Amino acid sequence: MHEKAAFPGMEMRLKVKEQDSFSIIGSRRTVSMVEKTAQGIFTLCGFLAILAVASITIYMLINGTPALLHVGIKEILFGTVWKPASAEPSFGILYVILTSIVGTTLAVCLGVPIGLLTAVFLAETAPKRFAAVVKPAVELLAGIPSVIYGLLGLMVLNPLMYKLELAIFKNSQTHQFTGGANLLSAVLVLAIMILPTVINISEAALRAVQPQIKSASLALGASHVQTIFKVIIPAARSGIITAIVLGVGRAIGEAMAITLVSGSSVNVPLPFNSVRFLTTAIVSEMGYAAGTHRQVLFTIGLVLFLFIMVINISLTKILKKEDKGQ
Amino acid sequence: MSSIMNKRIRFSELVVKLLIYMAAMVSVLLLVGILLYVFSKGIGSVNQTFLTTVTSTLNGTVGIAGNIVNTLYIIVITLLIATPVGIGSAIYLNEYAKQGRLVRAIEFTTEILSGIPSILFGLFGMVFFGNVLGFGYSILTGSLTLTLMILPLITRNTQEALKTVPDSYRSGALGMGAAKWHMVRTILLPSAMPGILTGVILAIGRIVGESAALLFTAGSGYLLPKAGAGILKKVLESGGTLTIQLYLSMAKAEYSTAFGIAVILLLIVLCINALTKFMARRLDVNKAL
Repeated sequence: MHEKAAFPGMEMRLKVKEQDSFSIIGSRRTVSMVEKTAQGIFTLCGFLAILAVASITIYMLINGTPALLHVGIKEILFGTVWKPASAEPSFGILYVILTSIVGTTLAVCLGVPIGLLTAVFLAETAPKRFAAVVKPAVELLAGIPSVIYGLLGLMVLNPLMYKLELAIFKNSQTHQFTGGANLLSAVLVLAIMILPTVINISEAALRAVQPQIKSASLALGASHVQTIFKVIIPAARSGIITAIVLGVGRAIGEAMAITLVSGSSVNVPLPFNSVRFLTTAIVSEMGYAAGTHRQVLFTIGLVLFLFIMVINISLTKILKKEDKGQ
Repeated sequence: MSSIMNKRIRFSELVVKLLIYMAAMVSVLLLVGILLYVFSKGIGSVNQTFLTTVTSTLNGTVGIAGNIVNTLYIIVITLLIATPVGIGSAIYLNEYAKQGRLVRAIEFTTEILSGIPSILFGLFGMVFFGNVLGFGYSILTGSLTLTLMILPLITRNTQEALKTVPDSYRSGALGMGAAKWHMVRTILLPSAMPGILTGVILAIGRIVGESAALLFTAGSGYLLPKAGAGILKKVLESGGTLTIQLYLSMAKAEYSTAFGIAVILLLIVLCINALTKFMARRLDVNKAL
């Protein structure tokens, strides 16, 4: 059909002739079909996020609750003895839950002040040349895989902790030596890992403070440091709270970095005890667990999931408040 | 003597300033320390055998070629699924959806999805993709799990990119008679491409560094795929990425292998970081035009 066009435009005319009728909007049916399919596919893609969260929630509940019914809610959540593999197994995860809460709290207490001060540095006091070094360093720290933090914790922190442990518990008869794999090492690793999150989000919050507020404070005679701590930080409060909440989420959910660093037995969360977190219990035992033991590990996952949900929902509440405030 | 021009320096303020500088130095020192320590310990184990063979007691070699290939498999498959879906979701949210409860629900769940710890994705992937759908410990299970994880990243980056495309482009295209999908395909996506690519590069970074979500989904296989049909079959076989191998080596106290892998991972992280920087600069240039 397609003869070679003798002159420009001829091909077009040939094509027009082929169709029965020519319309500038083309054939309506095919266009609207394509349009409808495209819209349908995009809508489907949008729904996938809802579907994913819904199915994760459902699966966590389905897999996490049988053990609670089976062993007993009280025995699991408030039991302190974790002996999943013995002849008379006991599945108390109270210490595991407490370890995650205590560990996360300590890590946040350590990481947030350093992170916030670094954010102040980047947003307020840094000379350009310094900021150009610190900012990329923070970005790179955020990108380092968590297993590498774990490797460094194991090779650098644990020996140091062991020395400290030997010095402190020299005369103790009751202390079980951990070789440095203890709560304190894990807390330090977690504090380092939440730094980038805290720094980036609080820096953005500090920068978003209206410059007039700062100028007003300076004009009233307050020094720069006074302005930062009495005016700018309070004004950026909600953003900083967001940073802290996200830091908590990151710390409580971290698994691979602290699995080997924190030791391998379930204990009361004291600084020099070998401990298990919610995450590390799953990582180190899921590989070989079976039966009730496996079900309880899913219950641990469910507890972690509930913590994360509470954190996420309080975060959206904070953000909503912030929106209303502005 | 005293003048309002003379700044009085308070001692306490000096201390605070010192603290601020010290805090800022923490990040820099940490990074430098980590890089120096890992490279000095690990560079010795990185050589040609390490990169091109698999660990074998028979041949007496220690190598991570299998893990490198697995990592590539997982990156490619995850991106093949997650990129179109993520972009589609962003297009829906930004171009098609009417603002309302539904959009808020999607944005909320996307937010939740990005907050869920990777170990929980791992548990879900193990049960759903591994057991219910029957893919077992395989590269496919791992990729599907990671797809859920990086979906928010790609959606959000695409959304941001779409938001920067001026509305005049849209009305211009529609005014000239383009249908909506045509407008999206020929005007919006090309304009948003740098932003989308940034999202994809960030996603690669996430995949390379991920471990907890893969331990119970992709497994720990370290062999190379067999030639021919084996290349496709590999998708349904267990395959541990570099991070998984690093974790396993560390747990088995094979520290020279662990540090060798750490060197490779850090190099990848550095490359990805440089690449995102480059993309960001290009984005700025585009915006300025």
